Amino acid sequence: MEFFRIRRDIPFMRHALVLNVVSALTFLAAVFFIATRGLHLSIEFTGGTVIEVEYPQAAQLEKVRGTVDTLNFGEVQVQNFGTSRDVLIRLPVRGDVKQAEVVTRVFEALCKAEGAATSSVQMTTDKGEAISKVVCGKDGAEPVRLQRSEFVGPSVGSELARDGAYALIATVVGIMLYLAIRFEWKFSVAGIVANLHDVVIIVGFFAFFQWEFSLAVLAAVLAVLGYSVNESVVIFDRVREAFRKYRKLNSREVIDHAITSTISRTIITHGSTLMMVVSMYIFGGATLHYFALALMIGILFGIYSSVFVAAAIAMWLGVKREDLVRQGPKETDPDDPNAGAVV
Amino acid sequence: MNRYPLWKYAILVVALIVGLIYTLPNFFGEAPAVQVSSAKATLKIDAAFVPRVEQALVAAGVKADFVQFDGNSVKARFDTTDNQIKGKDAIVKALNPDASDPSYIVALNLLSRSPQWLSSMHALPMYLGLDLRGGVHFLMQVDMKAALTKKAEALTGDIRTLLRDKNLRHAGITRDGNNVDIRFRDRDTQAAARNLLTEQLPDLAWTEAPDGSDFKLSGVLKPEAARAVQETAVKQNITTLHNRVNELGVAEPVIQQQGLDRVVVQLPGVQDTAKAKDIIGRTATLEVRMVEDSAEAAAAAVGSGPVPFGTERYVERGGSGLILKRQVILTGENLVDAQAGFDSQTQEPTVNLTLDAKGARIFRDVTRENVGKRMAILLFEKGKGEVVTAPVIRSEIGGGRVQISGRMTTMEANDTALLLRSGSLAAPMEIIEERTIGPSLGAENIAKGFNSVMYGFAAIGVFMCLYYLLFGVFSTLALAFNVLLLIAVLSMLQATLTLPGIAAIALALGMAIDANVLINERVREELRNGASPQVAINTGYERAWATILDSNVTTLIAGVALLAFGSGPVRGFAIVHCLGILTSMFSAVMFSRGLVNLWYGRQKKLKGVSIGQVWKPAAEPGTEPATKA
Repeated sequence: MEFFRIRRDIPFMRHALVLNVVSALTFLAAVFFIATRGLHLSIEFTGGTVIEVEYPQAAQLEKVRGTVDTLNFGEVQVQNFGTSRDVLIRLPVRGDVKQAEVVTRVFEALCKAEGAATSSVQMTTDKGEAISKVVCGKDGAEPVRLQRSEFVGPSVGSELARDGAYALIATVVGIMLYLAIRFEWKFSVAGIVANLHDVVIIVGFFAFFQWEFSLAVLAAVLAVLGYSVNESVVIFDRVREAFRKYRKLNSREVIDHAITSTISRTIITHGSTLMMVVSMYIFGGATLHYFALALMIGILFGIYSSVFVAAAIAMWLGVKREDLVRQGPKETDPDDPNAGAVV
Repeated sequence: MNRYPLWKYAILVVALIVGLIYTLPNFFGEAPAVQVSSAKATLKIDAAFVPRVEQALVAAGVKADFVQFDGNSVKARFDTTDNQIKGKDAIVKALNPDASDPSYIVALNLLSRSPQWLSSMHALPMYLGLDLRGGVHFLMQVDMKAALTKKAEALTGDIRTLLRDKNLRHAGITRDGNNVDIRFRDRDTQAAARNLLTEQLPDLAWTEAPDGSDFKLSGVLKPEAARAVQETAVKQNITTLHNRVNELGVAEPVIQQQGLDRVVVQLPGVQDTAKAKDIIGRTATLEVRMVEDSAEAAAAAVGSGPVPFGTERYVERGGSGLILKRQVILTGENLVDAQAGFDSQTQEPTVNLTLDAKGARIFRDVTRENVGKRMAILLFEKGKGEVVTAPVIRSEIGGGRVQISGRMTTMEANDTALLLRSGSLAAPMEIIEERTIGPSLGAENIAKGFNSVMYGFAAIGVFMCLYYLLFGVFSTLALAFNVLLLIAVLSMLQATLTLPGIAAIALALGMAIDANVLINERVREELRNGASPQVAINTGYERAWATILDSNVTTLIAGVALLAFGSGPVRGFAIVHCLGILTSMFSAVMFSRGLVNLWYGRQKKLKGVSIGQVWKPAAEPGTEPATKA
């Protein structure tokens, strides 16, 4: 089996201008949505409380919302999580409410709405571990069950947002330095612009669809940043090789050749990684949902951007044989028969 | 050219064996166990305690897999939950004859089922994070300002005692924030006091200043002393938390310092946040003060008069008011232990306190001077003080053993003792992050994470085998070896596995295959350019190496940035991500090369390799025969 049977170099760069305009428009649209809609940040960043409860039958969201509203904890978000029986309740940080008690009070209210009462129970799991939990019980049944709760103080949230920004800056600077040392500043700029373009577009998706932007999504974005850059590295590597090998080709043809000879590997590796991520998306459940989604968008845009954006920007920046020729020790070889025959 | 020297194969075999051994404990699962820990701070459990538990079990005819001492508790593992319950009952009966006052906490827990020979090699299973096990997680902020204020308060008391012991008369000692000001009537006393205090209290830096007709001496806490105070505050709080968590009987509690002033507490198996918070979040600090018994104070206590100067009004546990002097006699630091007990003569329930040497001396002085008066024991929770008990001093109490009695039930005595015991936090703490995960949710998360990895791996494996044939099989084996190594390294590091960690394993595998794709594509390319199979394998691997290194470095940069700036779940993700990149370099390049060399390396006249179809542009598509071994 072989997917790619490419006879001659594909003129990728012929369409570079059109695609770059499309890229620029997508980029601007992403920036526009981030600016106007903003991100739906998870409570890890904003601070607040999340409570996940499970009902034995499909949950009535309106009733849940009404019950929680009566507690006056501010703007409450109630939505399904994973299945129709699971409900996720989000509460903002309120200065006048004792945060540590919010979960208990909400669960008590929800329990009361089902006509039952909460009690603390000591029980043993079937594996033999003694656990204590708060149970909402009525006639031996559990009309509502507390699955998970999370409270994050506002100070922790702002710290996380700050650390996230630091991590992003450190990654960008680190990768730029590496590319600059490894290749040349034009590639470094091209590579990082291409990948920041990916990052902004991923974040733009999250802003447009108002998907929840959590710490895990941020981790995914950074992982994609590191992963996609290596795509650009592989292409740049070939560009350098081609500049040395084919003296007659101009910059555009060299870039076309480099992309053509790596496209098979690009598609297969990204396809493999994508298979893993799709598996995470399908089987990983609600917790990994947005994490996998961010990775999926990132990987797909990573292929596109390293081919059409990174290479094209390097071309627009006017990458020339001389830029790379002076660098490599081989190029200064006095015995080189082509020495001096530089276009 | 495609032959490895023996030592390289030896490295691979050793890595494989070590990987297998350290991965193994993760597959045994967990068995029911009983954990015995001390219920009293004064009672320490050590290895010598193991025979007692064993005897208890033998006497009851319950067979345990083993009984072992582990840090600060003794654990017994059983084969079934029936035996576990029977074992627990037997141990409880043997160790806690008085059910109302248990000396030991006997709790049902889980213990790894892996055999002892693995454990003795320190091959232990990965620790499962709360999102996979269920439990509660708290992040607590230690109030450092309060710790400093408290230190200044204690120092003020020390100064008072020192000056009185040396008969140096002062015109008043006041605490202003974290500073202490002392006024003197004449310069000589001030100089003498300064000498004495500099010598006795090295934590304070003193400056002299005239203050009207008086002479003032101001003491400021030195920066290094302040730092030491903060460090000890966090350490003491962690110790106190350990003691309190012991009361919950949790199997593997995690209590760690995070950053300068934060403490993480994780309690697997606890879902009842209210109870856990009750015991852990009890941000109580303890103080002993004198009750003001003047007429004005009595009026102020019932609310009919102003609170006299130098006193404060507090509420007693019954609800009535009580006027206390501002001066703190003792703090929780001086309290070593508090236990409930009975008076030997009247058989009344009592609370027995044990004070440290400094506390005992102060207490003797105070009680001698105040016989017949009342003293109050105050508990501060989140800045609000409550009088736990305010007994009358009957006589001078020396030796640091204090008995509080009167108007108490056994239950109340127990409660008071517990409150006093837990009152010895060096500084108040507040919960700034809280998370609970139900046990069923944890099990679901494990299944989800496992399925993600398994199906993703299967999809990649099938694709690689179809697309690259035998080289695909090698690549898939290398990928499996990568998983093995990664899990082994994580187990060796005793890392905590979380759902983001599992996601990182999946992602690491998805990215690791990149190296093999690069290699296989390069080998194909060499074959396409007409290289002989052996040469193609060799140059393919060699040329791909530079690219593999490049691509891994950029991924690693992102991973390290996450590791440096991430916290909590992101840190877990970053650790696995970085380790995964490192193991993949080893497995994808060296291990797969080892397999290829083993298979093809010996064949001198190799005609072809099984790497799938290699299409050459010279021929028509499809007509070129596949080069196969």
